[in-house]
Amino acid sequence: MILRKITLLFLLLGMVLTHPARSALTIEITGGTEGAQPIAIVPFGWDGGGGLPADVAEIIAADLHRSGHFAPLPKEDLISQPHEGPRINFADWRALGTPNIVVGKIRPSGGGYMVQFQLFDVFKGVQLTGYSIASNAQELRRTAHQISDLIYETLTGQPGAFATRIAYVTETQVGGKSRYSLYVADADGYNPIPVLHSPAPLMSPSWSPDGKQLAYVSFERHRSEIYIHDLATRQRDLVASSQGLNSAPAWSQDGRRMALVLSKDGNPEIYILNIKDKTLYRVTNNPAIDTEPSWMPGGTQLVFTSDRGGKPQIYQVSVNGGKSKRLTFEGDYNAHGVVSPDGRFLTMVTGQGSRFRIAVQNLSNNELRILTDTRLDESPSFAPNGAIIVYATEVGNRGVLAMVSLDGAVRQRLTQTEGDAREPAWGPQTHRIKP
Amino acid sequence: MKRYMNLLMVLVPVAVLAGCSSTKVAEKPAPVEDRTAAVATTKPSAPVTSGVEVLAAPDKGNFSGDAVVDPMKDATGLLGKKVVYFKFDSSEILDDGLAIVDAHAAHMIKNTKLSITLEGHADERGSREYNLALGENRAKSVQQLMQLRGVPASRISVVSFGEERAIDMGHDESAWAKNRRVELVYK
Repeated sequence: MILRKITLLFLLLGMVLTHPARSALTIEITGGTEGAQPIAIVPFGWDGGGGLPADVAEIIAADLHRSGHFAPLPKEDLISQPHEGPRINFADWRALGTPNIVVGKIRPSGGGYMVQFQLFDVFKGVQLTGYSIASNAQELRRTAHQISDLIYETLTGQPGAFATRIAYVTETQVGGKSRYSLYVADADGYNPIPVLHSPAPLMSPSWSPDGKQLAYVSFERHRSEIYIHDLATRQRDLVASSQGLNSAPAWSQDGRRMALVLSKDGNPEIYILNIKDKTLYRVTNNPAIDTEPSWMPGGTQLVFTSDRGGKPQIYQVSVNGGKSKRLTFEGDYNAHGVVSPDGRFLTMVTGQGSRFRIAVQNLSNNELRILTDTRLDESPSFAPNGAIIVYATEVGNRGVLAMVSLDGAVRQRLTQTEGDAREPAWGPQTHRIKP
Repeated sequence: MKRYMNLLMVLVPVAVLAGCSSTKVAEKPAPVEDRTAAVATTKPSAPVTSGVEVLAAPDKGNFSGDAVVDPMKDATGLLGKKVVYFKFDSSEILDDGLAIVDAHAAHMIKNTKLSITLEGHADERGSREYNLALGENRAKSVQQLMQLRGVPASRISVVSFGEERAIDMGHDESAWAKNRRVELVYK
């Protein structure tokens, strides 16, 4: 099913993919390998003829390196190249001081591949996890990311988020005019696929929890309206086009509802749309701006931005409405609040003086930590494992995407080859293999 | 700013009058503007932050009547100014914006077939969805003032583009000042 979906997507988008490299994202690690644990990732064996479309071991090494928790050994430091457990001489690897080693091999299978890998504890000489995963030419990169997820989860106890995707908006200049595009790329910046091009602004992408659809705001009819876009069929449904603003769609975790903002009753208020029967009910009722709803885990509470106190701050409210509770108190500008998947942290854009940075607030003690050191940061979005936040910033006069870990130590920047990128939305973890 | 208020009071009626007499000369319906084109090409004059801009002497020809200038296109007259600017995170219409809105409200009342779209915008700072709401608030501030001056609600529409359509792509206060705006677009 998933295979079919991806294949279809490639086929359908083939025509607009004439220059796929033009909008490629290049990932650059800008901080955070201190204290990383060494790991040996041996190039995988390949039993078939010709080359492979992707270097699985290299992808795994890059993933683990990017996480900030691991320091894969340079290839030239690998003392031998075993592909299976029985061929590993653990004493040699112990001498290198690397606590873990990953070996694997790929063989042709049907029209595709069978990818086998094993993760070992070098000091005990025991296998920690190992799988054989069916794959094919198009899915080989994802298979590598799934292996990264398995290794990461086995060694850290936390699920990985490597086999995930990120949606984002770009603005490029074509013939002196702005062209807005909605892209979906792998979380490591590879395979950017355009979902939509428009001469009018696109905003606020939000993933359906199954990763099959995106909701977003489009100005194609000269004002903000909300669409649901099926990635496989490319069917687009206009779901909110009332008078005034239709903005800030946020899919509920159960996939049945969408929180959104409408100003049809005079000023921006939070509503909940039942996607199936299109019924709508209002959550907030305040003459100030209420916007940017985001679901808390459990689906009964929302956080949102409001300037009801004079300045934008983040509040919490039941999906059934009623009294709102203010969550942020530090600084005079806090907006775009998003709660982590485990419900423990709130990330936001925090403005202090003329700097707008990404911060995270511990919801149990309300301690606020500023994670970034740039000045025009916005649109934070949690990875599905809650360990990393992707956000948009401005570097060298261009809008780029960047990532930061919850402790601020691990930093990466994703630079596209042209134009501005913004409004990243980290997609759900839909390809997790449980270790 | 305040010290210019008295001068402004004098200047506003004069400018409105000037607008009337020139309208008579022109005697043609206001040019229909393509909205999308207007957004792409509108080049507002220098940001009116100091008030000095308002006091710039109007084109002499406009007053003497020896040159026919469409007041809607005369960048030195109030009707030629179709952009109202705002402070950060504020929808309050400042003094110079008041004069511009008043002039256009009077023009709308006189020309009953005209209708107008107020396009609200924000600078890039802060969050995009909040800025979209802020842009709407700004446009609605102008709408309310126009209605207060007697322009029927049915002839005014409001749209917000938030920070999505910057006039100045820079990332400093001079760019931001130009981007925090409401554009008055005649249909």
